[in-house]
Amino acid sequence: MTILYFLIGCSIVMALIFLAAFFWSLRDGQQDDMVTPGIRVLFDDEISPSSDEDKISDKNHFSE
Amino acid sequence: MEILKAIRCYHCGEEISSIDLLYDQKHFCCAGCKSVYQILSENNLCAYYTYNDTPGSRLDENTHLAYLDEPAIVTQLIDYKDEENTIITFYIPSIHCSSCIWLLEHLYKIDPAIFSSRIDFLKKEVTIGFKHQDITLRNLVQTLMHVGYEPAINLQDVTKENTNSVNKILILKIAIAGFCMGNVMLFSFPAYFGLSSLEKQFQDLFGWLNLVFTIPVVFYCAKDYFISAITSLKHKHVNLDTPLALIIAVLFLRTAFSVLFTNDAGFADTLTGLVFLLLMGKWVKQRTYHHISFDRDYRSYFPIAITTLKEGIEKPVAINELAIGDRLWIRNGELVPADSILMKGDAWMDMSFVTGEIEPKQKVLGEIIYAGGKQIGESIEIEVVKLASQSYLTSLWNKEHYTGKTTQNFNDSIAKYFSLLVFLIAFSAMGYWFVNQNTYKAWAAFTAVIIVACPCVLALSTPFTLSAILSVFDKKGFYVKNTDAVEQLAHCNSIVFDKTGTLSTAENASVNFLGTLTVEENKLVVSLLNHSSHPLSRQIVKSLNCTHFYPISKYKETAGKGISGLVNNKMVYAGSQRILPFEIQTKQKSGVHIVIDRTYKGVFCVEQQWRTGLSTLISILSKQFKLKVLSGDTNRDEQALRTFFAPQTILEFEQNPHQKLDSVLTQQKNGEKVMMLGDGLNDAGALKQSDFGIALTDNINNFTPGCDAILKGSSLPYLPNFYQLSKDGIKIIKISFAIAISYNCIGIYYAVQGTLYPLLAAILMPISTITIISFTTIATRFFAHRNKLI
Repeated sequence: MTILYFLIGCSIVMALIFLAAFFWSLRDGQQDDMVTPGIRVLFDDEISPSSDEDKISDKNHFSE
Repeated sequence: MEILKAIRCYHCGEEISSIDLLYDQKHFCCAGCKSVYQILSENNLCAYYTYNDTPGSRLDENTHLAYLDEPAIVTQLIDYKDEENTIITFYIPSIHCSSCIWLLEHLYKIDPAIFSSRIDFLKKEVTIGFKHQDITLRNLVQTLMHVGYEPAINLQDVTKENTNSVNKILILKIAIAGFCMGNVMLFSFPAYFGLSSLEKQFQDLFGWLNLVFTIPVVFYCAKDYFISAITSLKHKHVNLDTPLALIIAVLFLRTAFSVLFTNDAGFADTLTGLVFLLLMGKWVKQRTYHHISFDRDYRSYFPIAITTLKEGIEKPVAINELAIGDRLWIRNGELVPADSILMKGDAWMDMSFVTGEIEPKQKVLGEIIYAGGKQIGESIEIEVVKLASQSYLTSLWNKEHYTGKTTQNFNDSIAKYFSLLVFLIAFSAMGYWFVNQNTYKAWAAFTAVIIVACPCVLALSTPFTLSAILSVFDKKGFYVKNTDAVEQLAHCNSIVFDKTGTLSTAENASVNFLGTLTVEENKLVVSLLNHSSHPLSRQIVKSLNCTHFYPISKYKETAGKGISGLVNNKMVYAGSQRILPFEIQTKQKSGVHIVIDRTYKGVFCVEQQWRTGLSTLISILSKQFKLKVLSGDTNRDEQALRTFFAPQTILEFEQNPHQKLDSVLTQQKNGEKVMMLGDGLNDAGALKQSDFGIALTDNINNFTPGCDAILKGSSLPYLPNFYQLSKDGIKIIKISFAIAISYNCIGIYYAVQGTLYPLLAAILMPISTITIISFTTIATRFFAHRNKLI
């Protein structure tokens, strides 16, 4: 059962890694704004400015 | 073909009435909206319109941006600057939908020199990075204005306060405490069920690991409790942190002792759990509103710079750099930033924000103009006689007598007696076991009593109850600054009202016409007034409810006087008496006078309207509170006000800001707890001095003076319910204190016998915490329901 000593060590190291990941996200500002990224992800990709039709019929575009 | 009930502007969504501009087969209500669309379509940014219908907002009149070329001012505004790049954060009040985010994050399409732009939607802030060699700050702001997003730049921006970092440290502490608690629980769990012989060999290891995990919790996460306890003891009084710090210390010492010398499990699980929960309570308490600022003062009302005249040359200067003797050039709609003397021009000062008077006042040459007045009419030249920071208005904020509000809340007041009682029990238990010659049990009992009589429930019930109340409030449009303020609200016993903007509302005015107008003349007048953006014109147009308009020519608007124009071949004048082509004899001085084809037709009287439900509100409040009205305006509304208030109510008129402040002070000296309701700068001093200052506003993004709470005008009728709920909140806290005491009694029963096992402590504490938190949540909802707030 001495293998348990190793496993306990592993569990603490894993937990420390997650704690460090949280610290990093906090310092990086990922927790500062919880609303905008959720909206941002819904934006479509850029429409190519190739044809003039895009300019007029912008209501009809959906990303290809 | 689409069938439209009414044609609406493609950009801003306003109903198109008189002018209909067509561009790209789309309708626009004004040149501003059209030009925004043009800019967007030229830069291929029309996806803006796909995320929301009519996402734009109407453009206001031009503001002068020359000050953004002054390096001294620019350096105060920007966040970061190196040789190539500059980063700046703007507050843009008009950010309101996902289209706004999309457009403002695609600014680089309009100008490639803008290399990044990020929005924080809740704070309505955009952080823009740009190459300052290719685009100046002024051009950047102009670009933003062209697409309809004018940043609000005011004096308060210059002194940026960083409150966010405090919160971040707290979150960090919670993370560490949570991490340690989780691990300690994991290692303590086997002991809860009794250890088999196989597991016995790990007991030492688990004990040591637990001790290691408690070290960061005690010395880092709980540091503030020790500091606060020591400082409060130095000042010879006991706050709630004192017993908490003592418990944490006792728990830690006893755990260390058990691990080092006795092979017992210790109280590491209770200790880490306690600190984690305490920090959670602190975090709930710190919850703030990002989008609302409660600490605004004159600096956020004043612009950042003003045009000075030096030897005839205009030069923008930052307001805090103004010197006595400087000549200022004030344009229509601009604020006077410092007390000054009128040197040149026809000054019509709108002092409504400073004094509460509605009518603009004419000033004669050489007369002193107080800071905060807004010029309506032609540009004027003035000379500064007092620095901006020392002017009559701003001295309201500089007064020294803002004696700290009585911040003694229920928790701190009870902490003293609580600690005393706990010590009494702990020492008597210890004494009893010493007498019985059992030293070990004596110490065990002493520490166990202190551990089990933990006031952590007290520390948690208050923030959880009050923050639950806060969220009930904010759903109804009542934004309270923090949880302490809710307790302040519950203790108020008298209310002081401001009149203009508080009891009355500017938005719904009642319009009466004294005279007669035919249907045809009505149409002429509406066609003319529809062109003006003046609030009076808008209100009259709204009340006349006319849908057809004549084209108009020779339109002329004289700011502060009125408008004239040729409608259907008839010359129509509308405005004050000074714009009319001839003198008239009338008793009615104010209002919008109408002349059509050189005949005087009459006058539109725009009366301010009292807020809806005012009489019911006043009659409910008068049963619980002593009421008073302090108005900066003249007493012409006294008759109307008397109909709402009881005869003995004090109504005072023509009160200047300092008199309002003094009046609140006198009431407080008489032992009253004053709640003040106001809206403008003229109430700022009184709002700050009062025990609970409420700033009333119809749009929470507008300027509101510093206060304890911001109330939406439409939610004013709920005021008695808000007050009642805050009182109920205090009741809930007291009940949960009683529940906590009963749990403590169970614990103390075992503790005094010296038989408090770690397992019992570890079970008792979470159970009492869960009971309290669920009780406060359910009770708050119950009371909110009973007060008709949810």
